Amino acid sequence: MFLKNLALAGALAGLMGSAAIAADCGPSGHSVRVLGSDFPAIQAVTGTAETNCAANAGEFTITLRDNTRDLMNQALTPNPAEYTSVIVANSTLTQLMNDGLVRPLNDLVEKYGANLRPNQLITIDGDVMAVAFMANSQHLFVRTDILEQAGVEGIPSTVEEVVAAAEAIRAAGIMKHPLVMNMNVGWNVGEVFNLFYFAHGGELFKPGSAEPNVNNETGVAALNSIKSLIEYAHPDHLSQASNETQGLWEAGQAALGIMWGSRGGAILDGEGSTDEITSNTVLAAAPTVAGGAIPAATLWWDGVTIAKNIPDEDAEATFAALASALTADMVAEHNDDAIWLIEGFQPGPAAAGVSATAAGGAKPYPMIPFVNLMHNALGSELVDFYKGDETAEEALADVEAAYTTAAKEAGFLN
Amino acid sequence: MKHRTFFWFILPTLSAMILFIALPIVSVFIQSLFIQHEQVIVESESCGPFGCTPTSSVDTEATAKLREEQPLGRFNGFNTYANRSHLAFAEVGEAWHTTDSLGGFIDAVMDLPFYKALIFTLSYTFVVTPLVIVLGLAIAVGVNKLPKLIKGPSIFVSLLPFLVTPLVGSLILFWMVDGDGIIGATLQLIFDDPSLSIKASTPLMWIMLMVYGVWHTLPFSFITFYAGLQTVPQDILEAARIDGASKWQSMMLVVVPHLMPLVSFVTLMLLMDNFRVFEPIVSFNAQAHATSLSWFIYNDLRESGNPLYASAGATSMLTILGVVILLTPVLIRTWRDFNRKSH
Repeated sequence: MFLKNLALAGALAGLMGSAAIAADCGPSGHSVRVLGSDFPAIQAVTGTAETNCAANAGEFTITLRDNTRDLMNQALTPNPAEYTSVIVANSTLTQLMNDGLVRPLNDLVEKYGANLRPNQLITIDGDVMAVAFMANSQHLFVRTDILEQAGVEGIPSTVEEVVAAAEAIRAAGIMKHPLVMNMNVGWNVGEVFNLFYFAHGGELFKPGSAEPNVNNETGVAALNSIKSLIEYAHPDHLSQASNETQGLWEAGQAALGIMWGSRGGAILDGEGSTDEITSNTVLAAAPTVAGGAIPAATLWWDGVTIAKNIPDEDAEATFAALASALTADMVAEHNDDAIWLIEGFQPGPAAAGVSATAAGGAKPYPMIPFVNLMHNALGSELVDFYKGDETAEEALADVEAAYTTAAKEAGFLN
Repeated sequence: MKHRTFFWFILPTLSAMILFIALPIVSVFIQSLFIQHEQVIVESESCGPFGCTPTSSVDTEATAKLREEQPLGRFNGFNTYANRSHLAFAEVGEAWHTTDSLGGFIDAVMDLPFYKALIFTLSYTFVVTPLVIVLGLAIAVGVNKLPKLIKGPSIFVSLLPFLVTPLVGSLILFWMVDGDGIIGATLQLIFDDPSLSIKASTPLMWIMLMVYGVWHTLPFSFITFYAGLQTVPQDILEAARIDGASKWQSMMLVVVPHLMPLVSFVTLMLLMDNFRVFEPIVSFNAQAHATSLSWFIYNDLRESGNPLYASAGATSMLTILGVVILLTPVLIRTWRDFNRKSH
């Protein structure tokens, strides 16, 4: 739905033409220091901001690297903070807000946010804490040629259909393990549980509290859905994350995949794979489960925050510089680098999966202060179930026990 | 040496040791006794590109106030040591009462993260240490017997595994045992089982980690023993030969006893090193099958957004305790030898 609106907005923006006016970079001579993850969309945003406003700033540095979440809290804690802005996602915004390290942006948005659309603003109780610029989610990847060869009609839309298609491919002797999923121990194992638990209608915590709420029938159903799928997954799945699954896909060793939308562009481009594979790869909505309507996926955004422990002028200059990059002009130049939430985005084939998943009503990844602890407990304790050493109930009881121990130490539970 | 002279002589070392070893340990210990403040949570609503959802957030001002009042956090005593992530007294007790067979009890205890990690750490230590000592000695004796011309190159080759950074060495092996790698694919071919995967099997993963551990630390014991072999008195060996000792007998009765102090030294070093096994687990991505105490500390400090300092501190203290227990027999032995020689 939101992407349809975007397309419309894009068309409008296109009609109006790109009125190239000099970017408003805020007060001059101040310091802009941006930290972000290293992938094309963030490179595009920070690169454009630098082109627009580096001349206006006294200092303009961009630090893009892996695992920014491991260092962002430490980097923003001193006063003045190491960076004036951190590019975050749902889960990392919570992490920064837990320690009160980012500032509300309401006045800055009013002053410099003319290009921003209302749904880009991430608000907590009315305070704008971040400005999102791109969306992401997991969804289904299919190889239509192999499905056809195995006699499967259409694109599977439910977990049961995905399993049936995988079985058909196996039975036809085309591939023994036609499915790829990011099941690497740790964060990915926890995230896969989230996908299916939310699709089954589960909530990770008891309403209004930090008490865990996963050891129940919904949790067991979610685990069984996952188990029915990994039956067809590569035997090494517990050590495979995005890089490995993308590699298997591009090598033609998989016909069905549950992977990140942000990998769609990389898979569909001409690099690293053959034309036969890329031309038959279709990105579709994440599958639904057990007759439900919610796709098994979590919706994510990436966005801009401004550090709290910095001078107000630096904050203003930083926000102005980054906002100057969140425009239709930037999107026009980098359309296929991401699923942009910014005006002017033209959804292409690489965006189809995320778009369909969001339209299907998938849940956003929760922004709850203690969700990291739950995610960690899920990631380490569910492995015994996937290996076949424990029943679903035992594994879920272990998750709750591990989470409770950690949450007590972190001060969320007594 | 007069006491006074000795004091001034040792002072620089002693102060450095207090500053860099004793104080950090005390600080880690103190940290392990405290847990974080109660977080003040407020109900809120968050809105974004995907609509609005009710959520909660931390009241940072109220929490900061609590933090100011008690900078160390809430005193928790030894509860962190006793909780489920560590010694898990309550869970072990419950397992004792609810299971009816010893096997069931052991299963229940082995499901607890700390004991699971401990059993791997100990197995790794007790398999890798003796293998490295025996194989290191064997290679040292072998290389020592080689003609001079090829001795140098063989020493160099034997040392190679030690020159490779642990992280890189294990990553290379990790790729080799992948289903598409040279070892993994060959095993699949030999056993005619295309779904055979070392990474998916706990016993195979343990074996691989231990093989890697032996491969990587072998050069250390080899080079130490090789150096020791250069000091074996030739006249005693000759006397043994004249007395009719076989090669094996002079090896076991002359060379090995001569190298015994070195064996103690190598054992000490290996026990300490192996007990804190860490890098191979990370680079083999083996957490599903094997965890160690050091990996726990790393996981507590890094994996979740809120680092669990108390938990990491408690695991660190327990690791130190484990090393002390492991080393005690070797230390007692060394102490006795020392006393015997000095009289």
